[in-house]
Amino acid sequence: MNFELDSNQKLIRDMVREFAVNELEEKAVEIDQSKEFPWDSIKKMAELGLMGMIIPEKYGGGGMDFVSLAIAIEEISHVCASTGVIVAVNQTLTAYPIMEFGNDDQKKKYLPVLAKAEKIGAFALTEAGAGSDPASMETTAKLEGDHYILNGSKRFITNGEEAGIFIVFAITDKEKGHKGIATFIVEKDFEGFSVGDHEDLMGLRATGNCELMFDDCKVPKENLLGEDGQGFKIALHTIDTSRIDIGAQAVGLAQGAMEAAIKYSKERQTFGKPICEYQMIQSKLAEMATRIDAARFLVYRAAAMKDSGATRYSKEAAMAKYAASEACMYTVREAIQIYGGYGYTKDYPVERYFRDAKVMEIYEGTSEIQKIVIARSLLA
Amino acid sequence: MDEFRMKSAMSDRGHEQFREEVQAFARECIAPYAGAIEENQRFPRDAIEEMGRRGWMGLPIPREYGGAGLDNLSYIIAVEEISRVCGSTGITLAAHTSLVAWPIYTHGNEEQKMKYLKPLASGEHLGSFGLTESNAGSDAGATETMAVSEGDFYVVNGTKRFITNATHADTVILTASHDRTKGVHGISAFIVEKGMCGFEPGKKENKLGLRASDTAEIVFQDCKIHKDNLLGEKNEGFKVFMETLDGGRISIGALALGEAQGALDAAVAYVRDHDLRRDQAVQSSIADMMMDVSAARHMIYHAARIKDQKKTVILEGAMAKLYASEASMRVASKAIDLMGMEGLTNRYPAERFLRDAKLNEIGEGTSEIQRIVIARQVLGK
Repeated sequence: MNFELDSNQKLIRDMVREFAVNELEEKAVEIDQSKEFPWDSIKKMAELGLMGMIIPEKYGGGGMDFVSLAIAIEEISHVCASTGVIVAVNQTLTAYPIMEFGNDDQKKKYLPVLAKAEKIGAFALTEAGAGSDPASMETTAKLEGDHYILNGSKRFITNGEEAGIFIVFAITDKEKGHKGIATFIVEKDFEGFSVGDHEDLMGLRATGNCELMFDDCKVPKENLLGEDGQGFKIALHTIDTSRIDIGAQAVGLAQGAMEAAIKYSKERQTFGKPICEYQMIQSKLAEMATRIDAARFLVYRAAAMKDSGATRYSKEAAMAKYAASEACMYTVREAIQIYGGYGYTKDYPVERYFRDAKVMEIYEGTSEIQKIVIARSLLA
Repeated sequence: MDEFRMKSAMSDRGHEQFREEVQAFARECIAPYAGAIEENQRFPRDAIEEMGRRGWMGLPIPREYGGAGLDNLSYIIAVEEISRVCGSTGITLAAHTSLVAWPIYTHGNEEQKMKYLKPLASGEHLGSFGLTESNAGSDAGATETMAVSEGDFYVVNGTKRFITNATHADTVILTASHDRTKGVHGISAFIVEKGMCGFEPGKKENKLGLRASDTAEIVFQDCKIHKDNLLGEKNEGFKVFMETLDGGRISIGALALGEAQGALDAAVAYVRDHDLRRDQAVQSSIADMMMDVSAARHMIYHAARIKDQKKTVILEGAMAKLYASEASMRVASKAIDLMGMEGLTNRYPAERFLRDAKLNEIGEGTSEIQRIVIARQVLGK
């Protein structure tokens, strides 16, 4: 048993931490308020190779492992969860399915672009009537000559307003149920594609979350990802993988909130002593640290399993995401509590952490869905 | 709207009729704007004025002082039903009534009651309670605002922070120390009114939730307050505000209860609309939410009843406030879970209720302070 990161992974942690503190921390407050998509941070991260860490070197990426990616997302989310999820979506939800299911032409065409963040990626699965149950989607794709014609709309798409490359799921044969779904790589300027309403969300406000519309959208036949009918499998496998990163995002955010709370608890005095000397405060800090560590190890275990070549890690990824998102929500709530009235204001970062945290329990599958995934795996 | 609300053995027919009246008002005059005013940080002045005209800004204050002369339970039901659609409006009512009108009623002399309580209770004036400071929150006795005696006056200097209704208030109760070496025994409470020299609202707080509620600093700079404006005896300010908070907690509990019920309402409507009611994960959440709301309601009404019987309510008030505030967080959070991503958008009230609810664990004594109060009541000091 070895709980140590290797020397490369340690280097990545140090490098990303330094970058995040210097380049992202102040900006986090700004973009939360302005809802401005952090393009200049993305460009800087691309220069450091953070936008395509898991993309193979021959396609312009870093050829790194999933533990390294988790560490990077953790460190970015430590100061800015919005930026953290943008990085995650570009890689695990967009580049990864192309790496796994794409053909050589698709890889050559899209992966270098994503790795350099010349264009950024997005993943369009969820619909207004198909969230926890993606198989009930209504977007359709019909083959007509050399093109698939897509009709429908997708909702709650992270990066949606700013992305250039979209992984889109649509029904090609309704009769076949979840075996009648296909996956497409759609570019922003394809005819019939448009960006719809912006989502005004409680947290992660700088992530360009929006609706996407497909109105007789023409997608060239060669942009079918994998095989027709394989869409549901691609979706599930991709989400299994990306849950690891959402877990990492939640761990990083929670760690940031806890560190802020620790610092404040040493400074704030009541009844003649710093509040960190009270048992009730110590109990909260101990609880935070224990839950965060437990979640972090679950995240690293799932990522390491993926790196070891395992093909099935649904249960481990679901456990990691579930534990991390719950630990995160607990931590932000108690972090505000330690700050008292100050924590309720936008003068301190814990207020933003609180708003950013709640979505962790919802996207990439709600906690209820994670438990169903875990239980199914236990009962199989 | 109310078919699933539990029956309460503690409220009688009169209370339930009054509830329906408040509900109708809340539905028509507050609910349609609750989301927008919160988003735009717009103080609910129209609603407050209308509540004043209806006699709801002094519900538990006797008629002779301009109030409605109803019991505390009626008042609590009003805070609950208003907060069920808008926490910001609920806390405005609660702070005005429990933290300003009530202590003037219980600690003020006859002259003060006629001069200040009447316009407060009848809704002509709005009240604000200035206790908290930057370095005196949970430890309210550590107040740094000073009141120096000068002839018939006290000259007050200092800054209060996180004060509800601060910029809109006509009447402010404030606490200040005469002598910091005396600790809590050197503090007095005063009544100050808008227009008096030397005090004005300061920086407005930019908050996580309750954004339509007016929270700001109040800055006192050589503010001359006449001795007649002492509320209670000199150096007994600590007692005044501790007693005020003992009762005020019940109203924050009612605020929490209303928000929890509002979040449950939203979740139930969503589950029905989306035909999720047979899902066991959904049923499990709904059952827990309903129990939380019901338990909170029992505890809050119980505390209000005890207060109506003029018994001390320290233990019951603290327990009710603590339980209801933590319940409001659980229920609002679960409501969002049931609605998924939709729950995080401003098209539904669930995310607003979650942001609003967090204040319940902090305002009028944090959950940690409530636990200390409860333990002391159980164990003795």
